Amino acid sequence: MGVEGIGARVVRKEDKRFITGKGRYVDDIKLTGMTHAYFIRSPHAHAKVKGIDSSAALKMPGVVAVLTGKQLVDDKVGNLICGWAITSKDGSPMKMGAWPAMAPETVRFVGQAVAVVIAESKNLARDAAEVVVVDYEELPAVADMHAAIKAGAPQLHPEAPGNQVYDWVIGDESATDAAFAKAANVVKLDVTNNRLAPNAMEPRAAIADYDAAEEHFTLYTTSQNPHVARLVLSAFYNIAPEHKLRVIAPDVGGGFGSKIFIYPEEMVALWASKKVGRPVKWTGDRTEAFLTDAHGRDHITHAEMAFDANNKIIGLKVKTYANFGAYMSLFSSSVPTYLYATLLSGQYNIPAIHAEVIGVYTNTTPVDAYRGAGRPEASYLIERLMETAARQLNVDPAQLRRTNFITQFPHQTPVIMAYDTGDFNASLDAAMKAIDYAGFPARKAKAKADGKLRGIGVSCYIEACGIAPSKAVGSLGAGVGLWESAEVRVNPVGTIEILTGSHSHGQGHETTFCQLVAERLGVPISQVSIVHGDTDKVQFGMGTYGSRSAAVGLTAILKAMEKMESKAKKIAAHALEASEGDIVIENGEFKVAGTDKAIAFPMVALAAYTAHNLPDGMEPGLKESAFYDPTNFTFPAGAYICELEVDPGTGKTSFVNFVAADDFGRLINPMIVEGQVHGGLVQGIGQALLEHAIYDANGQPVTASFMDYAMPRADDVPSFNLSHTTTLCPGNPLGIKGCGEAGAIGASAAVINAITDAIGKNNLEMPATPDRVWRTIHAA
Amino acid sequence: MSTVKLTVNGKAVAVDVEDRTLLVQLLRDHLNLTGTHVGCDTSQCGACVVHMDGRAVKSCTMLAGQADGASITTIEGIAKGDELHPMQAAFRDNHGLQCGYCTPGMIMSAIDIVQRHGGQLDEATVRHELEGNICRCTGYHNIVKAVLDAAGRMKVAQAAE
Repeated sequence: MGVEGIGARVVRKEDKRFITGKGRYVDDIKLTGMTHAYFIRSPHAHAKVKGIDSSAALKMPGVVAVLTGKQLVDDKVGNLICGWAITSKDGSPMKMGAWPAMAPETVRFVGQAVAVVIAESKNLARDAAEVVVVDYEELPAVADMHAAIKAGAPQLHPEAPGNQVYDWVIGDESATDAAFAKAANVVKLDVTNNRLAPNAMEPRAAIADYDAAEEHFTLYTTSQNPHVARLVLSAFYNIAPEHKLRVIAPDVGGGFGSKIFIYPEEMVALWASKKVGRPVKWTGDRTEAFLTDAHGRDHITHAEMAFDANNKIIGLKVKTYANFGAYMSLFSSSVPTYLYATLLSGQYNIPAIHAEVIGVYTNTTPVDAYRGAGRPEASYLIERLMETAARQLNVDPAQLRRTNFITQFPHQTPVIMAYDTGDFNASLDAAMKAIDYAGFPARKAKAKADGKLRGIGVSCYIEACGIAPSKAVGSLGAGVGLWESAEVRVNPVGTIEILTGSHSHGQGHETTFCQLVAERLGVPISQVSIVHGDTDKVQFGMGTYGSRSAAVGLTAILKAMEKMESKAKKIAAHALEASEGDIVIENGEFKVAGTDKAIAFPMVALAAYTAHNLPDGMEPGLKESAFYDPTNFTFPAGAYICELEVDPGTGKTSFVNFVAADDFGRLINPMIVEGQVHGGLVQGIGQALLEHAIYDANGQPVTASFMDYAMPRADDVPSFNLSHTTTLCPGNPLGIKGCGEAGAIGASAAVINAITDAIGKNNLEMPATPDRVWRTIHAA
Repeated sequence: MSTVKLTVNGKAVAVDVEDRTLLVQLLRDHLNLTGTHVGCDTSQCGACVVHMDGRAVKSCTMLAGQADGASITTIEGIAKGDELHPMQAAFRDNHGLQCGYCTPGMIMSAIDIVQRHGGQLDEATVRHELEGNICRCTGYHNIVKAVLDAAGRMKVAQAAE
């Protein structure tokens, strides 16, 4: 490892612009002649749009246009799509209702756009929006999943009778029933996985610029995957063919999944830009983010786990209701199915699993992938079940886990996934040592003497990352391949540009990706730049989500680097009059092994471009590209242990210690990896203690600002004690597993297991607010 | 319309604005100082924090007119040429930022915290004082480390002056 190579704690190259206020986010961009969009959104959860009168608005100062959903449909802008086809247990395809970018006839959630005002400034657009009269005929609405599937419930879409999108199953039902028939003990649990709002700190924004002469669009957008946005806008929404549409995702202020999707606002901005003949900018405010950014989680689950007389798990049955909101968002269908139920084996050897997932429409904001996407819901369920089982079977929760850990790899679970490697005992050992698990009873006793209830909670998570092997996901219904692309461009002076289809919105690609180059060539990272986020610069890519950028994106860069190095070695061997096989790369030089003959990398680059003395038949230049498609998912795993105290008088929880022992395979930059874990842990803790996107029975959102939705703040959370154990991922040459989502996947169960341990009651829903904890303590 | 006269990052400016213009709009839209961000519109998240006459204020929740005659410092105005402010350097060195969106407001709040508490800062105080700044990326762990680190650096810098 060099000072800037793989494994080094290199401070980030991108930080200088962010700490000096020179970041360039979408809302920072101004184009000449730019207009501003303000959307008119439904105040009703379910209503018919009977008419829109914009005559007064059109007379307001600075108003350029008022455009409606009807015009959008008339112009044949396509409906929003869901890109993963799921088949119900009866063999029927999932039942999807149409989702136009602005509603021409019916609105189905509060915040759905019906029209847009385009004006000279945002304030003027907002003023005009206030005098647009929308004639709504209110319809009965339903926000609760169980109410939505009852007979007589208000119906959202004619295509989906009973508000049911699909009834999907996985696993072997008869084998699972047989296991339960011979079980010595059965543990049952009902859990709700609370609905969350992703809340990246930068609200979504878009600027669309139509060039009539070239019939060409440019879209600046807050996207985690600009190429996917271009593909979908071209292929499905009829905005423009790909070569006439450039999508730029500049600095993006956090994503967490919510900026994967292509939303109505950027579609409308593109369409409106052509209509008005000027650039159109839309920047959402925080309430619009709560109303329209895809939410996360929202499951209701009943599960049963069967044990034999030796406390070995012999079967697992799960029935989950998943709330999709009013429309099927881009990847929503895959979240509670292939990203959730395929992880229900957890870290455990479970011979028989059967799961059923029922997807439900309600009059709420659409739900899709949010940090972890399905895997937090699976991990939370399994780890709550393990803790419940330990209490019911009267065994130590850590020991019950050890009794059931998978220890042989590869391991084929009954729910599709084949775990490649891991050492679950090692991470649990590390976490137990870090928190002094053995000393807990004495600490609990001391806390009791001080009037506090102390608890400890374990969570052993596993996730499937490195999304994803294209052939495998294709066979499961995915509409796209999930490989990644890279291009290595060596300039004539030897500086290097790496073009990647991954996108950084906080992950630090501009540093970690350079570290691979530094490791291989021995050049300083200042000589390397990372180019991403622009479809005109990078040919194609699938973007950043599912903890994939290092495992998939960086591997693509490695493949392109290998090709470039191979050519460079030939050039060096030719110049040094040596055999190609004898050339080694060290400290920025190509050397003839065992001699003092060497040529510096910039001279090799220059030779490639001057082309005065290249091997016969070799093309000039030094530029290579690669597409990398993984062969399997990767399986990051780890053990989190939380120790906390509950004040029985108030129900307030205070952290004592939180330890995390993760196995991410090889780490490129441990500093950045730790930062990813810290952030994930706080999102998991936020779910456990604070966050909940709430609707009333009529579908009115109750939490639509930071005044109502409890975001974790600095004094709500502790500092963390992190460590790593390592089994290298055999599925990619760098041995990387991915680290972006682990914290959010593993943390919430550790917290709830600790609180329920402290208060001695097992049934406690998230978020475990002081009020809820107090009521649970004092419940009969 | 009104003319607001103020000093921004040491430079006197006079800007004609609609009366309803917020200070953050004046900075971002009229002066192109886009380092100051808007994250919530309700004074909760602190992405918009700037200094007014040396005190941290939320620029999304005051009118530009209220800053008439005041001296405003934004994230763009705290480094001395190429020399970063100790708080900026500490955020970089401690990996106290990821997406960077909350960072300008965090840094401006953190400078104010250190200035008000001097050498008396500990982790609990920093966490309590950061209550009005929300970060979704870092989990605060490294932000708290950065503020404590910077408090030491600012003390040394002050002693040297």
